[in-house]
Amino acid sequence: MSIDAAGLTISAVRRGLQEKRFSACELAKEALRFAERENPKTNAYLHFCPERALEAARRVDEALARGEHPGPLGGVPVAVKDVIVARGVRNTCGSRLLANYIPPYDATAVIRLEQAGGVILGKTNCDEFAMGSSTENSAFGPVRNPAALDRVPGGSSGGSAAVVAQGTAVVSLGSDTGGSIRQPAAFCGVVGVTPTYGRVSRYGLVAFASSLDHIGPFARNVSDAAGLLKVIAGRDEMDSTSAFAPVPDYHAAMSGEVRGLKIGLPKEYYAGLASETGDQIMKAVEVLNRLGCQVVDISLPHTEYAISAYYIICTAEASSNLARYDGVRYTIRSSCSETLTDMYRSTRGEGFGAECKRRIMLGTYVLSHGYYDAYYLKAQKVRSLITRDFQQAFQQVDAIVTPVSPFPAFKLGEKLSDPLEMYLSDIYTITGDLAGIPCMSLPCGTTANGLPIGMQILTKHFDEAGMFRLAHAYEQAAG
Amino acid sequence: MKITQDEVRYVADLANLRLTDEEIVRMTHDLDEILTHMEKLNELDTSQVEPMAQVLYEAEETATLRQDQEKPTLSNRDALGCAPLGGGGYFKVPLVIER
Repeated sequence: MSIDAAGLTISAVRRGLQEKRFSACELAKEALRFAERENPKTNAYLHFCPERALEAARRVDEALARGEHPGPLGGVPVAVKDVIVARGVRNTCGSRLLANYIPPYDATAVIRLEQAGGVILGKTNCDEFAMGSSTENSAFGPVRNPAALDRVPGGSSGGSAAVVAQGTAVVSLGSDTGGSIRQPAAFCGVVGVTPTYGRVSRYGLVAFASSLDHIGPFARNVSDAAGLLKVIAGRDEMDSTSAFAPVPDYHAAMSGEVRGLKIGLPKEYYAGLASETGDQIMKAVEVLNRLGCQVVDISLPHTEYAISAYYIICTAEASSNLARYDGVRYTIRSSCSETLTDMYRSTRGEGFGAECKRRIMLGTYVLSHGYYDAYYLKAQKVRSLITRDFQQAFQQVDAIVTPVSPFPAFKLGEKLSDPLEMYLSDIYTITGDLAGIPCMSLPCGTTANGLPIGMQILTKHFDEAGMFRLAHAYEQAAG
Repeated sequence: MKITQDEVRYVADLANLRLTDEEIVRMTHDLDEILTHMEKLNELDTSQVEPMAQVLYEAEETATLRQDQEKPTLSNRDALGCAPLGGGGYFKVPLVIER
């Protein structure tokens, strides 16, 4: 038996199992061996869970032995971002504060993934509590981009993007609040999907900004991303914000016709691009044009206000969500805990990293007496305007195509000292989160020195099927 | 200046976050820069705009309510399992009220 763990896709795993070229247990062992060997290059995994992986693989082999279908992810090696909990598996959120946290329950996405036959190999590195755009805010060291080891993988789901790019998992789960799936997908050259808000249950996703948080898949092709989303999507009574909308068969929808689709290019997203990024996106648009899509110029006029609105809303929600890390319930308490207030303040002061502190402070400030209307309420109103921009655009077009990031992966340390500049790099991804619409990053070429570039596709609420169809058509045509 | 060091200290107290003197200096600088950027929102007249607190889609108002039925939940032991200090089925915290 020889298994090329790095090159597998979901369908390759299915074929390998059907043709008995390997068992799920053999594949899990080989995938773990390969991942543990390769991981020091990137620091993408924080920890592995071999027992859980082999247990899941054994269930797949038993199902196959009984002649049953092993599930749509049967035997597929999967990685999960370390903000999505799995019972009994350490979950750090990239934070010192949760360095030893062993969650007592499974996230719904994890349950569904394993019920579908997925084999979780381990948990992936990320910015602390998913706050960052480079994975440099992890308390456990940064992740290196597999395409260029001196560069960041993007963030906050940098580990989940890197493992798929590196071949140390076939697919992975990340979370996205302001671009944390799409931007690392673009930087690492893989597919990353932020589904419609509410499409995937967040039960068991450690909360950052609840009106913006999403769980979504990473994969090496559109079909695998669609397959993983199909497994984890759908109403869950454990998350009251999860949507009732039925989940269509994305694979069936994917093969549909794209001729005649109207694609909007919002002019606000095409000013100020690094030139190679702009060139590659326009080449991709040309491919869509050749496929028979009609390309039209549109405007999303409130785009320039998105960063401000986003960083008010997300920090306000974060300051509230992170109040629970107080030294009482979660593993770490400061030794300076003479009084209750000492315990709260010292535990949090010692435990949180610089970016989390900055966001807690900003969020507390914008919610504080006298500033609420000027900042938080104002930002929520601007969020309405940004959402309305998209609604109006989708009356004219079927999908919107933009860059994911103004530039490709930057060097480690390059933007670390300037938080505002780091925030500004999220400009093209946060609008989709504010509106709650589905959006994805799709690889579309590289720079001259080989850095991946991502194209973003956005569609209407719950139209993931339309998004996948366009992405798949592009992927096939571009080769 | 949008924010002073004294205001930063006050907000840190509200957030129950102990910051060192160096952190206060850095935080004041960073927050000032970020809040100045956020001024941009004031260019927009939003007096006629409804705030958006949540992404809404069509569903019955009561759609997310469930039946009021007993169900198994986390055991006391599991819930306390990650506490830094617990005992007797409770979380233990420093003295709150002096006798």
